[in-house]
Amino acid sequence: MIDQIFGVWNYWIVFILMMIGLYIVISKKSLLKKIVGLALFQTSVFLLYITFGKIAGGTAPILTDNVNEIYSNPLPHVLILTAIVVGVATTALGLALTVRINKAYGSINENEISASDLVEYHKKYHEVKK
Amino acid sequence: MTFIIKNLPILIVITPLMFSLIVAVLSNNRLAWILSTFASFLTMIFSILLCFELSNNSNISYYLGNWPPPLGIEYVIDKVSIIPIIIVSVIGFIATLYAHNFFILEIDRNLVSKTYSLWLLTIAGLMGLITTADAFNLFVFLEISSLSAVALVALGSKMDRKALIAGYNYLILGAVGATFYVIGVGLLYGVTGTLNMSDLAQKIPALGLNKSVIVAFTFMMLGIMVKAAVFPLHIWLPNAYAYAPSPVSVLLAATATKVSIYILVRISYTIFGPSYEIYTFESLRYVLLYLAILAMFAGTIMAIFEKDVKKLLAHSSVAQIGYIVLGISLATSPGIASGFIHLINHALIKAGLFMSVVAMGYYTLKRIDVNSITGLGRQVPITFFAFVICALSLAGLPLTVGFISKLYLIKAAFMSEGIWLPFLILVSSALSLIYIWKLIEGLWYNKTNSKSEKIKELPEIYIPLLIISFLNIYFGIDADLIIDNSFIASDALISGIK
Repeated sequence: MIDQIFGVWNYWIVFILMMIGLYIVISKKSLLKKIVGLALFQTSVFLLYITFGKIAGGTAPILTDNVNEIYSNPLPHVLILTAIVVGVATTALGLALTVRINKAYGSINENEISASDLVEYHKKYHEVKK
Repeated sequence: MTFIIKNLPILIVITPLMFSLIVAVLSNNRLAWILSTFASFLTMIFSILLCFELSNNSNISYYLGNWPPPLGIEYVIDKVSIIPIIIVSVIGFIATLYAHNFFILEIDRNLVSKTYSLWLLTIAGLMGLITTADAFNLFVFLEISSLSAVALVALGSKMDRKALIAGYNYLILGAVGATFYVIGVGLLYGVTGTLNMSDLAQKIPALGLNKSVIVAFTFMMLGIMVKAAVFPLHIWLPNAYAYAPSPVSVLLAATATKVSIYILVRISYTIFGPSYEIYTFESLRYVLLYLAILAMFAGTIMAIFEKDVKKLLAHSSVAQIGYIVLGISLATSPGIASGFIHLINHALIKAGLFMSVVAMGYYTLKRIDVNSITGLGRQVPITFFAFVICALSLAGLPLTVGFISKLYLIKAAFMSEGIWLPFLILVSSALSLIYIWKLIEGLWYNKTNSKSEKIKELPEIYIPLLIISFLNIYFGIDADLIIDNSFIASDALISGIK
């Protein structure tokens, strides 16, 4: 039991972070908080990859005189380097869109935005009727 | 020349990518358009060359930077991937040719050249998605294409601020989908130690019914299903297509979801197919098949009640994706072939429909909705003519491509499921006639009271439109090219499993 919790500690952290991130994305009404949640969700996946690659007591994969040196798998780390760049791009684009939405609607709350869209729609509809 | 031939698989990706960097720094909008057209034309030529190259050998494998797989990244062009390559490059070229007038009208002048840069980046991302045989590289291209597509959708904000929200939702859902895909790839890498698709296919069988593999399969499929807009995960699609700048709607509707469906096929048949035959096929049969049927009806019914014409077409896209996925989920050779036939045909149909509708919007300078189109068809007869051809093709009338794909889909459905599935397909096709007729009736038969004068139609807008409509008719009469290649592709996928 203890082993199942502490032996795979990293995976529990990954799991918890992932669920928190996904929950924020789904439940929060603020567009800014959604992006924070998305970033958290992506970060948990980075941690998942790093955990695969890490070997306890392993060093960095650099050629030394000692042939029996234990080293961690470098590939997941490199993959995550790419994924971090992608994550940064996603966050940047999301934040830029949020700024533009704030300019256009004067709010970044989902409810207020859909309400203001509804008002606009009704105005248009009545204009057509007149 | 041999140098070009040898490097064709990378050239179709790198040409639009490099040109997008050049186009980004230009300040002259017209020059940016000419260069983009040139880049997409080159991509199309390379794709066609690749087609001829492929007729000699069964598949072309290209090692990126000469690093052999499984260590290096491998690009594979085979009989399956050539179909989406041709779709993306040909539609990409026609759409680029078509784009300029709309971009000048709908986007701030000083942003137009940057828009072309994003446009080419989207094409490069889609091309990369198709060619790569490396599961992680696929994720990178997934994000390149979807991030640039999001930015393109959001650029519609000058016309309507809802484009920003549409882009935002597309970004969030797309990013969650892509991250799901990465989780799946990570789990697979954890148990197999490889990322190359064919290498994965060889190593997975040894693992038996390993839980990590099953979870990985689920995550990867779910992630790509978001991108492909398979029924309950299609929420981002209608608004994104409706509020994007007009040429972007054309490009995305015709290519983006098709490429994602191709990846869906790759995952379920190439990576997992050989080893998890029963598991994969059951999940296709019991999950994807029913989702596809729901998509057929939900999309069609939403389209019937929709007022805004661009959004109506987007809802109908959801239904058409349902037909394609239906064919693929049958997991038989005729089924997959019918999926591919509809994949090609729907790209032609939806490109034509979106092009004619946005052209009408361009001529009248307002959003086209069901109430504002009365008698418009008489004012723009050439555009209306093209619209009618594509609309009838969507409904599946004989002598159009839509008929060919419905025919093969119903045949395949009957062969594997009996009579109930063809019946449902026919019912939803009949329902789709309702919204098509509503549009045609509004455009042509409802006359306006005021004497409406003809609008002068521009040749640079109607010539690409007529090319697409001609293809709709041509491949409806002489469909051998599409049918043969689809069957070759589906046989290649199935024989990889057996």
